[in-house]
Formats: sequence, C-alpha cells, structure tokens
Amino acid sequence: MSPETLAALAKMGLWLAFLINVAPIMLWVERRAPAFMQDRLGPNRVGPLGFFQGIADAAKFIFKEDIEPATADRGLYLLAPVLALVPCLTTYLVIPFGPDIEVAGRTMASVVIDSDSGIFVFLALASLGVYSLVLAGWASNNKWSLIGAIRASAQMISYELALTLAVVAALVPAGSLHLGRVVDYQIGERLFGFLPAWGVLVQPIGFLVFLVAMFAETNRLPFDLPEAESELVAGYHTEYGSIRFALFFMGEYMAMAVLSALAATLYFGGWSLPGVDLMQLPGVLPALVGFVILTVKVAIFMFLFVWVRWTFPRFRYDQLMRLGWKVLLPLALANLVYVAALAVGGKL
Amino acid sequence: MELLAFVVFGLAALVSAIVVVAHRSPIHSTLSLVVTLVSTAALFLMLGSPFLAALQVLLYTGAILVLFLFVIMLLNVQRERTGAAARSPFQTWSALIAAFVLAGAVCRLLWDAHGEAVLAPLTEDFVALRNTASLLFRDYLLPFEMVGLLLLVAVVVASWVARRGGADSEEESR
Amino acid sequence: MSVPISWYLLLAAALFAIGAIGALTRRNGIAIFLSIELMLNAANLTLAAYSRLLGDRAGQMVVFFVLAVAAAEAAVGLALFIGIFRLRRTIDVNRINLLRW
Repeated sequence: MSPETLAALAKMGLWLAFLINVAPIMLWVERRAPAFMQDRLGPNRVGPLGFFQGIADAAKFIFKEDIEPATADRGLYLLAPVLALVPCLTTYLVIPFGPDIEVAGRTMASVVIDSDSGIFVFLALASLGVYSLVLAGWASNNKWSLIGAIRASAQMISYELALTLAVVAALVPAGSLHLGRVVDYQIGERLFGFLPAWGVLVQPIGFLVFLVAMFAETNRLPFDLPEAESELVAGYHTEYGSIRFALFFMGEYMAMAVLSALAATLYFGGWSLPGVDLMQLPGVLPALVGFVILTVKVAIFMFLFVWVRWTFPRFRYDQLMRLGWKVLLPLALANLVYVAALAVGGKL
Repeated sequence: MELLAFVVFGLAALVSAIVVVAHRSPIHSTLSLVVTLVSTAALFLMLGSPFLAALQVLLYTGAILVLFLFVIMLLNVQRERTGAAARSPFQTWSALIAAFVLAGAVCRLLWDAHGEAVLAPLTEDFVALRNTASLLFRDYLLPFEMVGLLLLVAVVVASWVARRGGADSEEESR
Repeated sequence: MSVPISWYLLLAAALFAIGAIGALTRRNGIAIFLSIELMLNAANLTLAAYSRLLGDRAGQMVVFFVLAVAAAEAAVGLALFIGIFRLRRTIDVNRINLLRW
C-alpha cells in the first residue's frame, strides 16, 4: 500500500473510533444528565456511576429477537436502517481535525479528503440522510410510520435551505469551500485586535440559524415530529426492533456528532484554541491534540442537545413549518447579505 | 481503474434506469432513479467535474426526488393495474421500436464520429472549482440571475396551484 | 486503462432511449415525469462528456442550468399533479381526459 492510502486509513480509523463510541456514551449521558436535572438518580448499577449502561444496552439490542412485519416491503425495510448510517459515515471525510503535519519527510493534511469542494461534498452526502427515514416509514406499511416519514421529508427539505444558507454565509470570510481554509482564517485573524475571529463572533445570527436548523435536521427535540412518541407511537421506526432499531439510534447520534463537528469548525475555530500553537508539538501530535480539542467542542454541543431536549416542549407541525420558512429562511438570507456586505466593504 | 469504475457505475445506471421505467410501483421507480442519478454523479466526477457531481447529488437526489417521494406518499399513488385498463400493445410496441431505432441511429452516429478516441489527461485547471465559479459568476451571470428569477416564479406558481381553497374549494368541501 | 469518450456518449444515448420508452408507455403521471427526468439526466451526461472532450467548461454551465430548470419544472409539475388529484382523484393520464376531443 502506498503511504497516502495508509495515512488515509489511519485518519479514517481515528474518526471511526470516535463515531462508534458516540452512541454508547450518549446513551449514558442522555439518561444521567436529565436524571440530574430532575433530581433523581438515573441508571447507576452497571459499572461506576452506571457508565457501562451503554454497553449493557448494546448487548440487549443485539440479542433481542428480530421481528419483521408480515406486510412490510421486505427489501426496502431491510435497506432503510443501513442507509441511516451512510451520511454520517461519509460526511466526516471533509472535516479537518488538525494542522498540516510532517510525517516521514512529507507534509500531510489532517483531513481525509483534502479537496477544494469540501463543504459541497458534505452537504451533498448529508442530503441523502432523509432517504433512510422516508424508506423506513414507507416500507413498514404502518400508518404511524408513514405519517412520520412524510413529516420527516417535509421537515428536512425545509430546514436544509436555512442550514445551507447559514453555511454559505459562514464560508464567505474565508473565501473557500475547503473547511481547512475556514479554520485557518479563524486562527489567523483577530477581531478588534484581541478576539479570535470565530464565526460565532462575526455572525451570531448565522450561528443561531445553523443551531436551530441542526436540531431540526437531526430530528431532535424540540423538532422530533417524525418520531413524536405521544402522537405517532415511535414514528418512522415504530416497526423496527433489536439491532435494526439500534442502527437508527446510532445513525441519529453520529449525525448529531458530525453536525456538531461542522458547527465547531465553522463557528468555533474547529481544532484550534486561541493562544495554543499546535505547530510547536513534534511528529503527529498536532493532529492528535487537534482531534482532542475538536472532540471537546463536539462534546459541549452534544451536551447542549441533551440539555435542550429536556428543557423545551415539542413544536406543533404548523409551528415547525412557520419557523422554518417564515423566520429562519429570511434570517439566514439577511445574515448572508450582512456578511457579504462586510466582505465587500473590506471589514473581514 | 477508470475502466472498472466506468463499468460499475455505467451498469448500475443502465439497470436502475430499466427498473425506473419497468417497475409498476412509483416508489420503487423513484428509488431506482436515485441509483441512476448517483451513478451519473460518479460519472460526472470521472469526467472531471466534481462541481456537477456534488450538485447532482445535492439538488437532484437530495431535493427533487425527495419531493417526488413526498408527493407520491401524500397522494398515496397505487401500483399501475395491468389488463384492460393498460395501454394498447400497439402503443407499447411502437414506442419500443421507435426508441430502439432512435438509440441505434444515435449510437451509430456517435461511434462514427468518435470511435475509440481516448481523452487527453485531465488538467488541474479544468477540475479546479475556482475556475468553474468564475465562469459561472462572470461569463454566465445573466443566465444565472434569470434562472434565479425562474425558480422564484416556479415557487410562487407551485404554491398557488397546490393551494387549498380557491377555484377548487367546492371539491374540497365535498 | 482510460475509457474512450464514445462509451460515455453511448451510455447516455441508451439512458435517453430507456427514458423515452418510459415516457411513452407509462400511464401513471408521476412515472412519466420520472422518465422525463431520466432523459434530462442522459442529456446532462452527454453535455458533461462533450465538455470534457472539448476541454471547454461551458458544457458544465449548461448542465448547471438544466439542473436548476429541472428543479423548477419538478416543483410546478408536482403542484399540478396535486391539483389534478384534488379534482379527479387520480393521476392516471388515461383518465385525465379533460382536454381530449
């Protein structure tokens, strides 16, 4: 194998090790954090502080009986949970996690696909995520599932517009679709001479739009209408059990993690910390430390997801659509015009 | 390597295209079209246009076909029936023959024109997104703006045509 | 080994013919629509292939505009189907004969 292939495999391995662990850890956080908020204990029997609860749940999912509805469209029914993992297992390829490093005499970028069109690829692959939900809902041949699928398709298309417009505005200062350049810009520039030029400080409205759209795209509360348990049983995955349900579950948490990583990259300086120069470190350490910093930022976002989930009630469907089309979309457009005006006026 | 990729994606596109027109369930047709379009996106990539490949996946499969699925589910479109209600065999066969004659003639012409001609290697200049962008936003700025206007008109018309009430409100209240 | 350009063009011609068969033989309005999208896609492939052959990115620009127009067409077309469905409870083109003599 060529050194390039080996390097790419190593980088993908790092990401996969991270993504695989997201679901079990989040399973634990998702139970202990609300328990803390509601002044109760939560699961605390398996391991210290119940930390191995995720592993116990994973074992339970794997050994449960696999039930298929008799009237399901079998091929699509089996395909849907697999498709749930496709977007999250491909989009991380373009997210940078460290500065360029020197290994064995050659310079190497700390991103799997070092391409001009990075964010474009990200958005294209992320837009395929809706298929797994729609297929699951339709193939189950269950009315609650179908309603969940229809809601999911309308919701994800609507919020993708606001999300994409916010992303476009976030790319304007750096002037590149390459996410590495976006991070470089946030490291290199200073606002008012002392603040780091993080996207969130340049365009707070853009970040707000991105954040809300991010919750809607991952179907998390307060926008979890495709699986609203009080109306639709469990929405599009009503008919799924055991390992297939676990795949949807993992897909959702991985999508949250990857989108959080994108949010950190666009608005919070990605793998960098102000005042820390990773380039001083030897060997591959800059990339590894960068990855740890990015992971910490992702973890903060993930906690925010949980926090919001246990704080806000669910939206009604018409409210959801009104928020997406009449509030977020105009806000995202206004933010784009504002950032473009700053860029043209030479203030960035 | 390129040959292998071409065979894989070309075959995927052809087979799924046949499924699109042959399958009676509209949902399966739409999903096969997704496979065709993604395979074509891969071919765009091989033809040196990552821009078109990403756009194809983002716009066509990510938005337009989801819209199709949405409408199919909303209207609960059933499988086509066969038998008496189907089109006459004459129509089917004439369509098949016409399409084959057309395809044969076009293929013959293309083969005569280009034969086994092999392409010059891709240049960095041709692939670079920066060059595509400057072409789109400088030389083709007016068509770009006009397409934007067209999309706006399409959105307004679509929401007017599909609205509740209005001219067909009697039908609604029935 | 690199692929001759004519293969791309032949593939596009085949896709176009398949789409044409679908558009002429299907009765479900949405299936006809899908076949038309298939034909558009075949035309796009031809344009991209010629753009590559001639080394001129103008072909890619045309594909871009075709994609945008296809989006507009899908929005209006599907809205029409919803309207027709409200009126006639079907989208079978044999039974949408309002304008037939």
